[in-house]
Amino acid sequence: MNKIANVLTAAFLVVTPFVAQATPDQDLKEFREHFFKKFPDTPKSDFINGVYSVDPASREQWEAFEEFPSYEIFVDKGEELFNKKFANGKGFADCFPNYKKGIRQNYPYFDSNSGEVVTLEGAINKCLTDNGEKPYKWKTGNITYVSAYLAYLSRGNKINIKVPNDSKAMATYNRGKKHFYAKRGQLNMSCADCHYHYAGSKIRADILSPALGHPTGFPVYRNKWAGASSKGDGMGTLHRRYGGCNKQVRAKPFKAQSDEYKALEYFHTYMSNGLEANGPSQRK
Amino acid sequence: MAKSIKLRAKAKDGVATVKALISHPMETGLRKDKKSGKPIPAEFIQEVVCESGGKTVLNAQWGSAISKNPFLSFKFNGAKSGDSIKISWVDNKGNSDSIDSKIK
Amino acid sequence: MNHNRRTLLKGSLAAGAVGAAVSAGLLTPKAVMAAWAKDAFEAKEVDAAMTGAMGSADATASDKIKLKAPDIAENGAVVPITVTSSIDGTTTMSILVAKNNTPLTSTYELGPNTEAYISTRVKMGKTSDVIAVVKAGGKLYSTKKEVKVTIGGCGG
Repeated sequence: MNKIANVLTAAFLVVTPFVAQATPDQDLKEFREHFFKKFPDTPKSDFINGVYSVDPASREQWEAFEEFPSYEIFVDKGEELFNKKFANGKGFADCFPNYKKGIRQNYPYFDSNSGEVVTLEGAINKCLTDNGEKPYKWKTGNITYVSAYLAYLSRGNKINIKVPNDSKAMATYNRGKKHFYAKRGQLNMSCADCHYHYAGSKIRADILSPALGHPTGFPVYRNKWAGASSKGDGMGTLHRRYGGCNKQVRAKPFKAQSDEYKALEYFHTYMSNGLEANGPSQRK
Repeated sequence: MAKSIKLRAKAKDGVATVKALISHPMETGLRKDKKSGKPIPAEFIQEVVCESGGKTVLNAQWGSAISKNPFLSFKFNGAKSGDSIKISWVDNKGNSDSIDSKIK
Repeated sequence: MNHNRRTLLKGSLAAGAVGAAVSAGLLTPKAVMAAWAKDAFEAKEVDAAMTGAMGSADATASDKIKLKAPDIAENGAVVPITVTSSIDGTTTMSILVAKNNTPLTSTYELGPNTEAYISTRVKMGKTSDVIAVVKAGGKLYSTKKEVKVTIGGCGG
């Protein structure tokens, strides 16, 4: 029954012109229901733990890591960077006055004034450039440390992405949604193929994580990124992962913080509304 | 440099559970830099010592097969909150670091 | 900072060519560090590694050693291993990965009040037995478990 429903849903989404759309909240309801039905044994709040919420064997290893996770080293680095004053005497706290209460759950948000999606990384770098400092690189290093620190302080806060009553916001949301369901690359696969339809199934030796709960744990410490090269310290942003995923289906990746990835992040994170922020997290 | 060791030490019913996470590349010396092709020199912790209340609790010898940013956990008896605890390491290059703390 | 070691290195050795070699990492300051079991760590066979670390390769299989390791490692670079020995008088514990180039990963000398429990994370080059060896009452006991190491799925 489920498979038929999935195929029908997939067909519906591919065929229907994106004019008379479901609202984001209708999308959210359907999205959640799909995963709750697919994984009835997974507690609803547990999807934030990605593949570990649907695979007991790898969960055991992950729990061993959580005893003292490597990302804690980088949360500390982020805290140091966050508290270091800029040359002009100001600091990150001036840009993020509510940081202690946790702010991660509000990103990305749509800025009606600029008509742009603002991601957490975007806001971090804007804070730097606004204060005459050099911006960080987008995918690794300092940006992941500051983001990890802010994410850590936001743990437990429920993801709360808003799509305001603004045609440009809706258009951006829909652009992200389209990206999620669109096939791409030589392998002709969409994000949805792996993470919506085949979540929980195996792709060679990996288990596909459900898209529900995907972004809540970012920035992420990936064992793979830690071992890869002498430079890799393991930390990376969501857009770094998007690029990797696109490359894995042999599609040309977009640039980190490009309009494409920002729109995708907007839709992708909205689909995790209501789940608790749990960054930074450790993954394979 | 006492910032490479993150330490958690708790005592319960006389047993101290110690968990340490150390920032260290634990480079085997067998890898080559992808860009230059040059071998990355070995740099790994060879010895970790833990002392509490002036006595050696654990003396560990490590090889380069211990993972990067190594984790170590162990337990010892006769411990109570407030006892001193010290962890130190030395690597093959002669670098070292240590942390002095108290069991919680 | 471990002042004693640093000062010793700087003061007595740094002055001459030997000191320069030490600080360049070319000479291991064996005299100042506790003797690192070089032969054991560089041994390419399990027996030689065990002998170097524990004094002998003769160990009795024991079910009183609990070796917790994943069936399939998520990533061979970081495999969580926990060894617990309930054999009375356990004084030393070692962890080996049979198919690594050099099987010995680590050896632990326990203080008199220290429990026979060690948890750490090791690198595995490929699917292999992980072997836990303990010394208790001067005798050796061991247990092992196969841990599979795979290539990832999504292109690596």
